[in-house]
Amino acid sequence: MLALEAMDYTAGGRRILSDIWLQVDEGEILAVIGMSGCGKTSLLKCIAGLVRPSAGSVRLEGRDIVPLGEADLNAVRRRIGLVFQYAALFDSLNVYENVAFGPKQHTRLRRADLDQLVSRRLGEVGMSGSERLMPSELSGGMRKRVGLARAMATEPAVLLYDEPTSGLDPVIARTIDHLIVETRNRTRTTSVVVSHDVRSVFRTADRIAFMHEGRIEAVGSPEDIRASSSKVVQEFLEADSGP
Amino acid sequence: MVKVVWRLSQRYRFGQVLDEAMRRVYRTPHPLYTSLVMADGLAAPARSPARSGPGWIVGVLQYVGETVSLAASAIGHLFRGGLNVGLAVNQMAAIGVDSIPIVAATAASTGAVFAFYTAGVFLHFGAGPFAGGILTVTFFLELGPVLAGISVAARSGAAIAAEIGSMVVTEQVDALRALGVAPARYLVLPRMVACVLMMPIAGLVGDFAGTAAGMLMASVNGITPSSFLESARTHVSEIDLIKGLIKTLWFGLMISVVACHQGLKTTGGATGVGRSTTRSVVLCVVLIFISDFFLAQMLKGASIVVK
Repeated sequence: MLALEAMDYTAGGRRILSDIWLQVDEGEILAVIGMSGCGKTSLLKCIAGLVRPSAGSVRLEGRDIVPLGEADLNAVRRRIGLVFQYAALFDSLNVYENVAFGPKQHTRLRRADLDQLVSRRLGEVGMSGSERLMPSELSGGMRKRVGLARAMATEPAVLLYDEPTSGLDPVIARTIDHLIVETRNRTRTTSVVVSHDVRSVFRTADRIAFMHEGRIEAVGSPEDIRASSSKVVQEFLEADSGP
Repeated sequence: MVKVVWRLSQRYRFGQVLDEAMRRVYRTPHPLYTSLVMADGLAAPARSPARSGPGWIVGVLQYVGETVSLAASAIGHLFRGGLNVGLAVNQMAAIGVDSIPIVAATAASTGAVFAFYTAGVFLHFGAGPFAGGILTVTFFLELGPVLAGISVAARSGAAIAAEIGSMVVTEQVDALRALGVAPARYLVLPRMVACVLMMPIAGLVGDFAGTAAGMLMASVNGITPSSFLESARTHVSEIDLIKGLIKTLWFGLMISVVACHQGLKTTGGATGVGRSTTRSVVLCVVLIFISDFFLAQMLKGASIVVK
């Protein structure tokens, strides 16, 4: 479904990502963990086509998206949903308009169908009845849920989550984790979750990739990662378990 | 004409040719990212070729390349039917409400002061019959368009740069792109169309507010309104009005592109938004004066009619 092959990303003369090889199967949840500044968000932006890798390829459903022009990339992006760290809701639009934004731009749905779609998506994330609220009236957890509803509204094949639980209390974080797994189970969407929340990742991921200084240090099932012989992986996991 | 230029630029990919040329000159890993890239709405690189290149000339060329690419991209979306009319109308309303009262106030004040200082001099030299014509042609050709341009740049241009800048730093522009919507179509094009359509109206308001205030002040200083209007009617032609309005069309295009470009280039949170807004106003005002000089030459200056 999604494959990164020998991908490098350089920005401002600095190499952010080096020789990334990753494959994510259909319906799989891959979590990417690592310390702050290790390149996790850049990896996500390369997959979403928001920045262009300097070498290598990003294959979505077998097609390399790196050489595509902006018009073709826009078509590819409709197959990808991105849930931003701080939700990135359009603050001049209410919740309904935010969720309806993608379908309105790319389809000719009738108003009644659009209403039904928005209502269904908001229901799936537990935000029914919030259609008329503005983003400024929502809490952090509510914003993330609306962000997920907006990303799902275009029925993407791949969902990318950027730090979905950061800044949330443990109860809301668990709700978001549950939502990620439930969304995958319901839609068979391929998911890539970037996070440094180890507990959340071990609850949700089928496989985990550990990144360090722009490289993939280890990839495997949660058990493989726990048993990894890599010193940086063990340090990271131990730091999270704490005294 | 515009269609022909657009088709040629699409066919021969001028932007990409320029990009490739710059890449070869600077040998940077990413070729002149911002010229085509900004049109795509991608983020500007952390370190631009201008800083590593030989001085300000490169910076100017890069800036021109970026803004022209952004404008070309937006105009391309216009020809492909990508204009969101509702957004454009909202922007036009915002410019109308925000800027036109300021245009009226600044033009009226300038017209009154102009008449206050000159009415006595005109009468002293026996040139009273020319006062209305000179003041009117000055406003129609120069002061109306320029004051309107400065007012719209200061009010609406700043608002555009600040709004888009805030959207950039809160990742809303990335969210747009992630949803498959080009910022050039959704953000730039409606603002460009609104500025281009509203600037002539702002210019007309400036022309008539300045002239009317000048007439009132002149009447206080001994030149009657009927004499003022007769002079204006005799010495000013419709062509002068049209020349001024042509200037406002250009100013509208320039203000919208510069403000949107500065907004899209914003980096660094709230400070960055402030910096982009300030830069947008300064650049617009400077470019209005510079381009006004060249437009005046192209439009052959004043054409006061002597009968």
